[in-house]
Amino acid sequence: MIKAQAISKRIGKKAIIREMDLEIGGGEFLAILGPNGAGKSTLLKILSLLMRPSEGRLEINGLDAVKEAEQVRPLLGVISHQTYLYDALTASENLEFYGRMYGVAGLTERVREVIKEVGLEFSLHDQVGTFSRGMQQRLAIARAILHRPRILLLDEPQTGLDQQALDILYQVIGRLKAEGSTVVMVTHILDYGLEACDRLLVLVQGKPVFLGNKPETLAGVRETYSLAVSGVRA
Amino acid sequence: MKYWSQVRAIVRKDLQAEFRTKELLSSMLLFAFLAVVIMSFAFDPTREVVKQVFPGMIWVVFAFAGVLGLNRSFLTEKHNDCIAGLTLAANDGSAILVGKVASNLIFMLVVELVSLPIFFVLFDFRSKGSLGLLLLVVLLGTVGFVAMGTFLAALAVHAKHSEVLLPIILFPLLVPLLIAAVQATGAILAGQGFGEWSLWLKIIAGFDLMYLVVPTLLFEYLLEV
Repeated sequence: MIKAQAISKRIGKKAIIREMDLEIGGGEFLAILGPNGAGKSTLLKILSLLMRPSEGRLEINGLDAVKEAEQVRPLLGVISHQTYLYDALTASENLEFYGRMYGVAGLTERVREVIKEVGLEFSLHDQVGTFSRGMQQRLAIARAILHRPRILLLDEPQTGLDQQALDILYQVIGRLKAEGSTVVMVTHILDYGLEACDRLLVLVQGKPVFLGNKPETLAGVRETYSLAVSGVRA
Repeated sequence: MKYWSQVRAIVRKDLQAEFRTKELLSSMLLFAFLAVVIMSFAFDPTREVVKQVFPGMIWVVFAFAGVLGLNRSFLTEKHNDCIAGLTLAANDGSAILVGKVASNLIFMLVVELVSLPIFFVLFDFRSKGSLGLLLLVVLLGTVGFVAMGTFLAALAVHAKHSEVLLPIILFPLLVPLLIAAVQATGAILAGQGFGEWSLWLKIIAGFDLMYLVVPTLLFEYLLEV
């Protein structure tokens, strides 16, 4: 569970996130939408502890995310448009490295499990530098779920993913959601990836302009998004 | 305990990557070898003044070869934004710095252990002091160099021309350490007594402590920049 109370982020004099309150429950999938420069990626960086909020309080699973960051970090899995993978290492070496960092028990077995889940079992001992972009992103999914995170944070995960990788990603999201994990996805693409999400948050200029249940249809999502964004600009 | 297992994981990963690419060690070793060879041809090894500047030449080669390695150490983390992956996985951000310092120390000690005998052979230099003490000075001097150098390499990596920036910000900070290392090395090679080199050794140890502690405390904040 994620609970943000009046969090703000300023870089220099510019306010990127402005006094935002947000609560996301266990097993919930929240999609964060917004135009470029709305503060979506900054918000995700704050939620993933890559950035500290300038003000406000962030709680993750009841822990203070700033003061108790050591306990919070293992609860998080992050999939970004960057893979966080080392080209010089093989797929298994990359996963073993991250497994050691997270202290994953039964590492060899767990590596086999996740690599199978993303369909890369035949490339386990190949160097990541030789992988296609889609394969690298599939391995990045395996890296993100290796330590069984309770919260999965996705930053524009569709970038560079082929259809097969997208299907794998949505399967993983569906499974984690069913297991009670929280999923937060930042995207500016409204066409896909939102089927499984429960709520939408529309950000404009660092402020939430819409937070509510996701409309049933894609057309409804588009309409909600347009109204939210144009309402601010009007 | 988890802190040290994370440090070990980072060292292991760096060694695995270097074993595969051989980018870092090969460039450092080649530079050190060429510098020693050029110096041995440029200066007449039989002249007394060359024997006096011998410790300085050793540390100049170590320092410049070291900067080559330090520059690369965080560039590999920048690719695919691996530094973010490390930050997410490391419970304490300083474990990343300690791991990278340990890896760089290993690489630099390898270069030093290979190039030091070449120095002695090409300059036909016979040490009057203890080899163990010489190695102790080399080790302590290298620890301070690598600790501050790794921290500044992490700071410089986001700059446009990090390869140029690192030596500019690193060497002024290292001047006292390098002077102490050169003086201690010279005194030991000349076979001087404890009183002649012990003060320099204490200065090196003091800088080592400072260069290890301050970056470790600041690294968590640096990661956010």
